[in-house]
Amino acid sequence: MTSPTESNRSVLFLGRGQLNQLIRALADDGYQVVGPTIDQAAIVYGEITSADDLPIGWTDVQEPGKYRLQRRDDEACFGYVVGPHSWKKYLFPPVTLVATADRTKTGWQLSTPETEPPRYAFLGVRGCELAAMRIQDKVFLGGPFVDPTYQKRRAAAFIVAVNCTQAAPTCFCTSMNTGPRCSSGFDLALTEVADGFLMEIGSESGNVVAARLNVEPATSAQLESGNAARQQAVDQISKQLDTTDIRDLLMNNLRHPHWEEVANRCLSCTNCTMVCPTCFCSSVNEVPDLTGDHVDRERSWDSCFNIDFSYMNGSPTRNSIHSRYRQWMTHKLATWHDQFGSSGCVGCGRCITWCPVGIDLTQEVAAIRSSQNNPSVEGAVNSSHDNEGVS
Amino acid sequence: MTDSTALQNTSAAENSAVAVRPRPRLAVFKFASCDGCQLSLLDCEDELLAVASAVEIAYFPEASSRMLPGPYDVALVEGSITTPHDAQRIQDVRRISRTVVTIGACATAGGIQSLKNWADHEDYLRCVYASPEYISTLATSTPIADHIKVDFELRGCPISRHQLLEVIGALVNGRRPRLPAHSVCLDCKRKGTVCVEVAQGIPCLGPVTHSGCGAICPGYDRGCYGCFGPVAQSNCQSLTTQYLDTGSAAETLLPLLRNFNASAPEFREASNRVAEISIERNGASHR
Repeated sequence: MTSPTESNRSVLFLGRGQLNQLIRALADDGYQVVGPTIDQAAIVYGEITSADDLPIGWTDVQEPGKYRLQRRDDEACFGYVVGPHSWKKYLFPPVTLVATADRTKTGWQLSTPETEPPRYAFLGVRGCELAAMRIQDKVFLGGPFVDPTYQKRRAAAFIVAVNCTQAAPTCFCTSMNTGPRCSSGFDLALTEVADGFLMEIGSESGNVVAARLNVEPATSAQLESGNAARQQAVDQISKQLDTTDIRDLLMNNLRHPHWEEVANRCLSCTNCTMVCPTCFCSSVNEVPDLTGDHVDRERSWDSCFNIDFSYMNGSPTRNSIHSRYRQWMTHKLATWHDQFGSSGCVGCGRCITWCPVGIDLTQEVAAIRSSQNNPSVEGAVNSSHDNEGVS
Repeated sequence: MTDSTALQNTSAAENSAVAVRPRPRLAVFKFASCDGCQLSLLDCEDELLAVASAVEIAYFPEASSRMLPGPYDVALVEGSITTPHDAQRIQDVRRISRTVVTIGACATAGGIQSLKNWADHEDYLRCVYASPEYISTLATSTPIADHIKVDFELRGCPISRHQLLEVIGALVNGRRPRLPAHSVCLDCKRKGTVCVEVAQGIPCLGPVTHSGCGAICPGYDRGCYGCFGPVAQSNCQSLTTQYLDTGSAAETLLPLLRNFNASAPEFREASNRVAEISIERNGASHR
């Protein structure tokens, strides 16, 4: 995928009525088009066969622990922020059959299912979500052990990004430098304006698809309204996460009493990790049939919030909610830097919205940070807390 | 299950490379319950022949009038203890069973009938029976583990037949059963089910409930009823506080918590707390 810089990228205009052309062109190329659609009282990602499947005229209203659909006063196709699903469900499926084993007279016969990976076209990928894909690329493809499931799906995917034109109170991508502008990592990028979409080309495959659409060079007036639409998203972002020295801030405060305070609210239910577009933890289990002669090896999404996830040598390493919350947050915001060279957070705000009790990680970090600057609670910082799960 | 049916399956066993071991003798006992959990064993339609060839079903009155005497290798025990007679009978079951597996919310938590633990059972007797003097019953409904040592508990109302097969398979093959202990939320997320609490404001016990059902109810726009009981280290206080603060009525939360697993300690304490808050807030009378 080539990434022409913004300056030499020519911007095209796709009329509102021509969006179906794009969806059809991708389908004709053999892609399974997936994108935003309304289901279960939310805007989720699912199969898209025409623009009619998009959440036309709907938006989402979000706050910590709360999400509601609401009618818009226009017919925007992408007039929402981000929902409960992320693209990781397609690239890193919730449950994968990794291998099978059959017992024979001469021993175990192991085999790996050779399935053709699905070819997805993702329609409506936001800036923070492109950043999440870059992070998961590093996790699954960047080390000595490449994940074949992710690799095949990722390589086959066609990405139509969509620039945000609004933000939720839970968004903080500007703090994480991941958006809202989509600058690279896509084949095509759209910005929705009143009568259609500005279209940028981000790769040769994007170019090939664009050439088959009824597009025209964007006029300066159209470019201007695109700029204004994107600026509206920037202006609406109200949440901030101060990332200054955040790694050391958290790692120097592993015994801070605030972890226990969060644990009083945290349900350890795994919702934040499941909706996070970068959380990548899984467990691999051998699932035998009743005879024990056939075994499926399954990989499933798992979470550091599960007690069993840290089970080893006869007991769980992180046997309390405070140690599990601390593990999640310090990995996401601190030790991710050591492990992968960046933060693990893209500022999409899903963990805030979809926490059933509305725990906001930006506020938890701020609470720890403010105690550093406030001598009155300094004594509490080094209070004797157990060492459980500190590693 | 008849001998002839079991014999028909020996050909499958011969084809298998597994060394032939004596089949464990299985017994199924019922205490105060609705029979739904033991029926889960009969509901294993596709797997029933495999089960019958893996274990000898020696005592299962619900399925067969051929009832062989103990001792048994495995006893599946359904139901709670509600009568003096059953309190004695469960001791007998323990004595003749090598491994005792309790199945279902009644056996593991006291069941829906443990609602009487909050009431005067004599009142209930007078309401239900024309001649209550003929009824001998205890004041409470209690789980089996309050009476005897239990080797393994299978949660649920009813239990999951997949989990039952997993436990039987593990016992037959001498391995540890693999039963995930996470919350229902993880199952919703793996399925792509959108959180009904966050998106629709429906009070849901999923975050504090043990996995096992496959997250059925949220998939139908219903909150979790907590059929599989509290998950380990459940934070019911935080969840109920959140629901009360965001507009759920105590009158909604109480029956949610006082349900099939009403007397599971975590749900019991949470419901008692909600009842107290309800009295404080509007003087409603919930014990």
